[in-house]
Amino acid sequence: MSVFLQQLINGFFIGSVYGLFAIGYTLVFGVLDILNLAHAAIFTLGGLSALWLTTTAGLPGWIAFPLATLFSGVLGLLLYRVAFAPLRRRADSNLSGLISSIAMAIVFESCALGIFGARTVRFPEGMFQNRVYHFQSITITSLQLEIVAVALGLMIVLSALLKYSRTGKAIRAVAESENTARLLGINVEWIVSQTFFVSSALGGAAGILYGLYFDALAPDMGRSIELKGLAVIILGGMGSIPGAILGGIAFGLSEVLTVELTGMSNLRDAVAFTVLLLILILKPSGLLGRGRARQA
Amino acid sequence: MSGENHVKKTAVFLALILGLTGMCSRASASPKVAKIGFALSMTGAAAAYGETQKNGSRLAIDEINARAGQEGIKITPVFEDDASQPQQGVNVFNRLLFADKVVIIIGPTLSNTAQVADRIAQGAGAPVLGISNTAKGITDIGDYIFRDSLTEMQVIPNTIRVVEKRFGIKKVALLYGNDDAFTKGGYDAFKKALGDSHIQILTEQSFAKGDRDFSAQLTEIRSLQPDALVVSALVEEASGIVSQARQLGIPASVPIIGGNGFNSPSLIKNAGKASENVIVGAAWNESSSNPLNQGFVRAYTAKFGAPPDQFAAQAYAAVYIVLDALKRAGSTDNRKALREALTRVGGLDTVLGKFSFTKGRDADYAPVVETVKDGAFTVFGQ
Repeated sequence: MSVFLQQLINGFFIGSVYGLFAIGYTLVFGVLDILNLAHAAIFTLGGLSALWLTTTAGLPGWIAFPLATLFSGVLGLLLYRVAFAPLRRRADSNLSGLISSIAMAIVFESCALGIFGARTVRFPEGMFQNRVYHFQSITITSLQLEIVAVALGLMIVLSALLKYSRTGKAIRAVAESENTARLLGINVEWIVSQTFFVSSALGGAAGILYGLYFDALAPDMGRSIELKGLAVIILGGMGSIPGAILGGIAFGLSEVLTVELTGMSNLRDAVAFTVLLLILILKPSGLLGRGRARQA
Repeated sequence: MSGENHVKKTAVFLALILGLTGMCSRASASPKVAKIGFALSMTGAAAAYGETQKNGSRLAIDEINARAGQEGIKITPVFEDDASQPQQGVNVFNRLLFADKVVIIIGPTLSNTAQVADRIAQGAGAPVLGISNTAKGITDIGDYIFRDSLTEMQVIPNTIRVVEKRFGIKKVALLYGNDDAFTKGGYDAFKKALGDSHIQILTEQSFAKGDRDFSAQLTEIRSLQPDALVVSALVEEASGIVSQARQLGIPASVPIIGGNGFNSPSLIKNAGKASENVIVGAAWNESSSNPLNQGFVRAYTAKFGAPPDQFAAQAYAAVYIVLDALKRAGSTDNRKALREALTRVGGLDTVLGKFSFTKGRDADYAPVVETVKDGAFTVFGQ
């Protein structure tokens, strides 16, 4: 029983990082109806730039991590300017945007490879005091708790922003109808840029947390989470923010439980994606349906 | 249609002429220059290995070329990236063999790629020297295929014997990557060695290449309370396994035992304190007092700003093994003569140790068992 409980906890922690990553995906999708496939590359660069700030620049974590998160947001603006904005007027902009975001993902990943090298690296040891708590045979570390707290905190802040702030309302208006929003005097271009900024900042934050959790940062770390992020937003319902969180945790749990029951990690993607397929057949709109981002 | 054909024919003809003149100019060039092809994984999953392999070979080549006056042989390297993919490995081999006309290919990084690409070199009658292929059957591809990397079958039984003698372990948990020729080969070797030593295997857990989260498997293993954790993994996964095992509360009194994949400074760097007392069966000993090896470690660290790993050492040794054979082959562009000379490499002093090839063209030298103490590899036993 305690093994099972520990597994549930393991799944919950990794699932909350998946959720945070997927929110960025789903936010852009909810507003623009396009998939930003460079999101995983921003996730990688977020983690690696935080590493650079803490090691090479020697900044303490509480300055370096927010800075790296902001930097990821700025990368998101760059991504939007280069890969999406020039194509926005075109009729097939959804598909061409998808392709150009793949191109940007390759550019970002190559930059990471060139700047940071191919080796797997980690945040310096002892940067945080990582206390280990034992409850009978359950083990939880303070780092895990901090990661969940940060992930959930960012999710709550984002939901509140979308619901109550002026920019958040404008984002929802653009998601509803670009033309109507424009008629109401909303600067659509500015709002879309903002959306990319927020989405990428969250992706970068997820990259930092992922790197902290697994002690492993590498230029190809985005690849392991890219498809999972897509699956999570489909599972939760495209464009739905609570759905992305729920989907992330469900995905994390299905992964560890598969390993627990079969002892093979190769099967975990197979099981997770089979569950995804079943949900799509039974409830095509995903767990929480579509369009919730607009209502937040 | 026929016009197009005509253009094609002309193009082929021109290409042939260019190729022939290219060959002639090469043939008339000084035979003292040996053109060596390197097929390494500079991008993709194995990029971390390709990088240090390239550094190791670069260092050896620079040293040799700097004093070519004495050796009488200069080396022109042709570095190609196989992108960690067998298909790309085939392309690279074709280019190196038929366009660049190298005398020998060093590489490829991954056994999976070697399984496919080495056949091309065998067919073309060009020698290949593998520097990190440890899977079974690589050198069985043909009599032109060599390797200077000890296989897991050579390293692991020795490791288990030494550890068993020291700790008297009775029951272990086994964790391995089951989608890679190297880690799977390590698993087979561990399983056989554990069986031979009558050590009970409590559970066998697996993971896939690129996995970062091992908490599920380790939680399962923790609940069985093994005497030791035996792991067959490449260094990326190995670091994660080691640090997560300790984080989940598998006590430090349970040693973690690994194979060649663990033998890298990045294990210590990435797993940090958790890597203390990890036991590694290895094909190269960084702390060896052999002056040749100490010189290599010093020169490498000075040149690349980081200490070498086993992959750098094997690449470095490979260049010197080829040089030794070239000197005896009497020519720097005769592939067949080079193959004959390679089979006669024996007792050569390298950074790996006294090096010879077995009859099956595999590496033959003594493996070591290392352990991590105070953040550095030290010898555990032999």
